Amino acid sequence: MTDHSEPVLSVRDLRVWYGTDRGAVRAVDGVSFDLHKGETLGLVGESGSGKSTLGRGLLRLLPEGAQTDGEILFGGEDLQTKSAKELRTYRGPELGMIFQEPMTRLNPLMRISEHFEEAVKVHAAGVDRQEVKRRALEVLRVMGIPPTRYRSYPHEFSGGMRQRLMIALALVLRPSFVVADEPTTALDVLVEAQIIAILHDLRRDFDTSLLLITHNLGIVAEACDRVAVMYAGRIVEIGSSDEVFRNPKHPYTQALLKSTISLSTTGLHFIPGAPPDLVDPPSACRFHPRCPHAMEICADKFPQPVSVGPGHRVECWLHGPEDQMTEGDTGPLEKKEEIGVADEA
Amino acid sequence: MGIARTLISPFRQTSGLARWILLSGLLLLLAFVILAVFAPWIAPYGFAQVRESGEMFPRNGPPSGEHFLGTTEGFYDVWSRIVWGARTALQVVIISVFLSVLLGAPLGLVSGYLGGWLDRILVLIMDALYAFPSLLLAIVFSFLLTDLFGGGVTAAAVALTVIYVPQYFRVVRNTTVSAREATYVEAARAIGAPKRTIMAKYLFNNVVQSVPVIGTLNAADAIGTLAALGFLGLGIQPGEAAEWGYDLQRALPGASAGIWWTGVFPGLAIVLLVTGLTLVGEGLNETVNPTLRKRKLRPFTLPPRGAAAVQAGKGQVDL
Amino acid sequence: MSSGGGSLPRYIVTRLLLIIPMVFILVTIVFLLLRVAPGDPVSATVGGRLSEAAQDERRAALGLDRSLIVQYFDYLGDVVTLRFGQTITDNRPIIDIVKDNGGATLMLAVGAFIVALVIGLPLGTIAGRFRDTAADVVIRIFGVITYAAPVFYWGLLFQLLFAGYLGWLPSTGIASPITIFEVESVTHILLIDAVIAGNGHAILDVLKHLIMPVATLGLLLSGIFIRLVRVNVLQSLKGDYIEAARARGISEVQVMRAHAFRNALVPVVTVIGLQVALLLSGAVLTEATFNWPGIGNELVQYINVRDYAAVQGIITLFAVVVVVVSIVIDIVNALIDPRVRY
Repeated sequence: MTDHSEPVLSVRDLRVWYGTDRGAVRAVDGVSFDLHKGETLGLVGESGSGKSTLGRGLLRLLPEGAQTDGEILFGGEDLQTKSAKELRTYRGPELGMIFQEPMTRLNPLMRISEHFEEAVKVHAAGVDRQEVKRRALEVLRVMGIPPTRYRSYPHEFSGGMRQRLMIALALVLRPSFVVADEPTTALDVLVEAQIIAILHDLRRDFDTSLLLITHNLGIVAEACDRVAVMYAGRIVEIGSSDEVFRNPKHPYTQALLKSTISLSTTGLHFIPGAPPDLVDPPSACRFHPRCPHAMEICADKFPQPVSVGPGHRVECWLHGPEDQMTEGDTGPLEKKEEIGVADEA
Repeated sequence: MGIARTLISPFRQTSGLARWILLSGLLLLLAFVILAVFAPWIAPYGFAQVRESGEMFPRNGPPSGEHFLGTTEGFYDVWSRIVWGARTALQVVIISVFLSVLLGAPLGLVSGYLGGWLDRILVLIMDALYAFPSLLLAIVFSFLLTDLFGGGVTAAAVALTVIYVPQYFRVVRNTTVSAREATYVEAARAIGAPKRTIMAKYLFNNVVQSVPVIGTLNAADAIGTLAALGFLGLGIQPGEAAEWGYDLQRALPGASAGIWWTGVFPGLAIVLLVTGLTLVGEGLNETVNPTLRKRKLRPFTLPPRGAAAVQAGKGQVDL
Repeated sequence: MSSGGGSLPRYIVTRLLLIIPMVFILVTIVFLLLRVAPGDPVSATVGGRLSEAAQDERRAALGLDRSLIVQYFDYLGDVVTLRFGQTITDNRPIIDIVKDNGGATLMLAVGAFIVALVIGLPLGTIAGRFRDTAADVVIRIFGVITYAAPVFYWGLLFQLLFAGYLGWLPSTGIASPITIFEVESVTHILLIDAVIAGNGHAILDVLKHLIMPVATLGLLLSGIFIRLVRVNVLQSLKGDYIEAARARGISEVQVMRAHAFRNALVPVVTVIGLQVALLLSGAVLTEATFNWPGIGNELVQYINVRDYAAVQGIITLFAVVVVVVSIVIDIVNALIDPRVRY
């Protein structure tokens, strides 16, 4: 699916930091990736790894006081340079967003029809009510919501139906790129499968590129063309889903895959240590305090992005580049204060 | 010790706006407390004094050297009435807030602890009293009490007490109910700690937080209601003590004739004291209920790329 | 509408039925306080002025010679039939006071309510939207001051400025005597009667008298409204649907108008219902300040002559109004918010 035409979205070295009382939180700290037309990219990682911030940052839906730099190239334009007003013209018809908890994302006082009318009219003035209804019903049909429910209020729908409404509301404007932030976490398993199937078919039905944020690797395997693994504000590994699942290169990805529970699981695996503090992250490679293969260099120098296959990139000294390492660098790291002891004191 | 720490803690927890609100409220309040406590030394004349060394004060005399805020149509000195009025106001408010805690808290405790029909009836009555316009309630009571006790400070304070009892009742009752249901009460009982000790501790900790807030806001309201009663000719009678609301009522007919000093100054005293109490209450509230505060992101500057690595003295920069 | 529509009438009926116990409790409290506590109301009211025989006659006329229980049920009957009893001093049925003076109180209350809405809604919204800015601080200070200053102090200041110093407005009363003489009472609401009569002078005269009392009472309420609207706008701006709307590229103006403001209004409407109690208290004081011939002013007059029966009747009337209005507000709330209907 990965064609090599111009990417729809191209992120270069994006940083999003929040200032808190304890200091700056490096929620997203230098992230780069491309997304092509009709492609679905899964973004996985532990909670607190900066996934949601990255997703919101792409639409620049960040709280006041968050600071960003780097580039978000969308159709050749850098969204980072756009004013609030210009950004509004992008949000909706170009960039869509689907949120985690569908129960509270619809205005309880507005009918579903009013939500659609508002969204369409903001971006296409002069469209009459009948036309809005025609477009809305078309999307709702794809989502499996009967047209008789068009004038209902949000509280009259179940959680799964509300999430389908949210998707329909995002898609009625035909955006070319959609961020879905854990769209099924708040739903039960059967409904989850429905939503994933809908998202999977987006490409066929709407030709939409999708960034699917999730902590569920099963969903990624099922619905995503490519997968990016995020750890402590950075993408540590990115590649096609098949490749990454079959042949994970980063120790974190390997640990993540191992800790997934499946029917064939015989024992529970978990990653030792706690997720890093993003105010004061570990030096150099952020994973080295928890890494079973950590070397001297890992605590010393930032790892470089290394290509380990077609479209498969990893940031880990285990995979080089060797010309930047010296003899002593590859010795096993003496783990001293970093793990356990200091935290428990 | 514990109480002192609890009382001081809001001050240490506050920051920015909330601290300013609390501080300016306390300053205003302090000014009135000084007026009230030292009234005999601060006020040049008695509150009902109309002559000095045999000479009558002027009637409706404008501010002058002798009477620097003027005199009223009843020959009183305006400034002295304000100073003595502060004493009356604070006396009434302290007594009524004290009485309503004394009455509301035990009732709430009993109601919440025993539950059952007694609880239901008390809740119903308190809710009805709470829904009733508070001024009208005060009118009814001071109407009764002035007939029974005469129009002094005590009668006025008791009349105001009734308005505020339901609020303390409600807080203490709800806390008691949740204390009874709190799982750790059960847990502690299983260990062998007497239930009453645990409930008392839980109650004390929760009530001590909310009562000062309700108390100060009620005090602010009580000042206004006391003045309203005085303004309507109820409450404190002129011979008993100086009262700002009564003075305002007497000043009203002169207003259209341009006699401003008899009304403007006592009114200002009410506004300042109520504002002071409200600010203290709000300031306390914002510290006791931190959810009202906005979690604010701190300003900072994004360091240039790789600065983290450079700071750590580790040279190599990512990407 | 499939799930909620049918039960709305039922909801309304349940709410209306709640009026009965509430009113019952209030009537009982007022009766106990004013009829039982002071002993005999007639001797307390007109004791010094009438002979024993005349007092007995008055007692019999008022039914006060019967047992308290009988009197109590008597009084309940009076409330149910909306008569509220009659005064001792001038044998006037309370219902007549409502008829003669209710119009003036209504005019004042409605006018003040409009003023409070016009000031409170926009200022509260601005303060909430631009939290912690200079505008917010100024508006909040304004709110605190309007709340801190008693209504009669505002009234006095207005009288000093507009009646005394500038001489633009009449200081007290509802209209000049000539207007009251000229305009025929049809609705008992002077402004409407003047409009019906087509008397331009009278309309202008009533309006001139109306400005200060309405502004005074309106200012008191506006402080509360600002607070309420601000807090609720803050609350609804935190709503997840606000972020979702922004993600759809909805403009800030539309987000405020259709999402934040509308959702803030639901709790505001409820709490405004509770302010009817404050409105009535404020009306009593405003009427006393401006010698405004409303029910509150009558109450003050009867207090001054210590007429227990009149005070009891008027207070009970106010209590009923408060309860009824609060329940009407609940019903209005159910109409606005589709979620409330159950």
